Amino acid sequence: MALHLLTRSLTGLLVESSSMIQPRTFSVTAVAAAIQKMTRVRVVDNSSLGNTPWHRPPRVIHVYTKNGVGKVGDRVLLAIKGQKKKALIVGHKMPGERMSPRFDSNNVVLIEDNGNPTGTRIKVPLPTHLRKVDGDYSKVLAIANSFV
Amino acid sequence: MAACAKGLDKCMFSLRLLRNPRLQNERFISTSLCRLAPAYNSEEPPKFTPPPKPVIIDKTQTVASLRKFLSPEFIPPRQRTDPFKFSIERKDMIRRRKVLNIPEFYAGSILAVTMADPNASGKMNRFVGICIQRGGKGLGATCVLRNIIDNQGVEICYELYSPRIQKIDVLKLEKRLDDNLMYLRDALNEYSSVDPDMKPVPFSPTGEVPFNKMKVRMRPKPWSKRWERPKFNIQGIRFDLSLTPEKMEHAQKWAQPWLEYDMLKEYDTSKLEEQIFREFQQEMSK
Repeated sequence: MALHLLTRSLTGLLVESSSMIQPRTFSVTAVAAAIQKMTRVRVVDNSSLGNTPWHRPPRVIHVYTKNGVGKVGDRVLLAIKGQKKKALIVGHKMPGERMSPRFDSNNVVLIEDNGNPTGTRIKVPLPTHLRKVDGDYSKVLAIANSFV
Repeated sequence: MAACAKGLDKCMFSLRLLRNPRLQNERFISTSLCRLAPAYNSEEPPKFTPPPKPVIIDKTQTVASLRKFLSPEFIPPRQRTDPFKFSIERKDMIRRRKVLNIPEFYAGSILAVTMADPNASGKMNRFVGICIQRGGKGLGATCVLRNIIDNQGVEICYELYSPRIQKIDVLKLEKRLDDNLMYLRDALNEYSSVDPDMKPVPFSPTGEVPFNKMKVRMRPKPWSKRWERPKFNIQGIRFDLSLTPEKMEHAQKWAQPWLEYDMLKEYDTSKLEEQIFREFQQEMSK
């Protein structure tokens, strides 16, 4: 009987693992209002702070805009690995204007207080209208791999 | 005579030997035959006939479709707005179409759209992706292209009649099981990945549009929408892999089978389509 149970649980495990063919590598938030407080985000640069696994996903704890909603090019404050860190939004799930890209995840790049990026490479494409936004993010744009 | 026959036999044997490995020793065979030939009959060598000139068909060039096709945005929505507004809008659309070629395509076709982008390098931006939705009526018609770039899903909603659009290419003309492929957001990445340097696949300008009956495998739940609900009526998902039969049965609880008998919701566009298509052809040939 015990053996039977064991095999059943084992097959259940196998079935479960096969159904999870490609688990998401990051947790996601539904499309609400682009990026606001408590939004879980994905860090897309290669900084060690953003890439080491941690039991809590990075969350936005403040958005530096007048209305509290962050779009591409806005700065946010993250709670990441128990620290406070500033970041730049480089793409979100909520569709923006027509003819501008919409991404499948809420992407941010970690930046220092003076605007310099923490990482040295950005793994995903950045929207081109990030070039237009105010603020000096030329160093962030310089480490980008591709634009879309 | 016997010697001759013997020689022929030998020759045949050697021929058979040669044919086996399929070597390109044709010249050798022909010379050996020629050496034998004068003993038999003094036939002249066959006259040289030049090989037929190869006809080169450039299949990479896509030809304009010859099918009778009217873009869905020409059909006005069913509402109480003055039809005159839509007729004016159609005129503007045709004026734009005389400058920009908007080809025939469907949800599921692979498109490449080039648009002017003041922020991009070279002031141009080309995006290749699978069309997952066509929306909007009149001048506001849109199509959503989706692709996976560097493992990141990217979607761009293009306004087809926007002056920023410079070129629309159909790389692969195809229809899918559904008219709206928004569920590709929750499907595995492989189903929306398109090579950005893809070459256009040739298609025939007449006849039926190629129909792709592929069904996609989904990521584990939760999905962005409950695609199993009858409201969406999705055919192109392998529900059997991600949902149990009980769950599929449960989803039918939201079915509204009486809606298809609602006569007030009927909108027969066949006559309107004929009329607008005639108008469209007249205007385009002017």
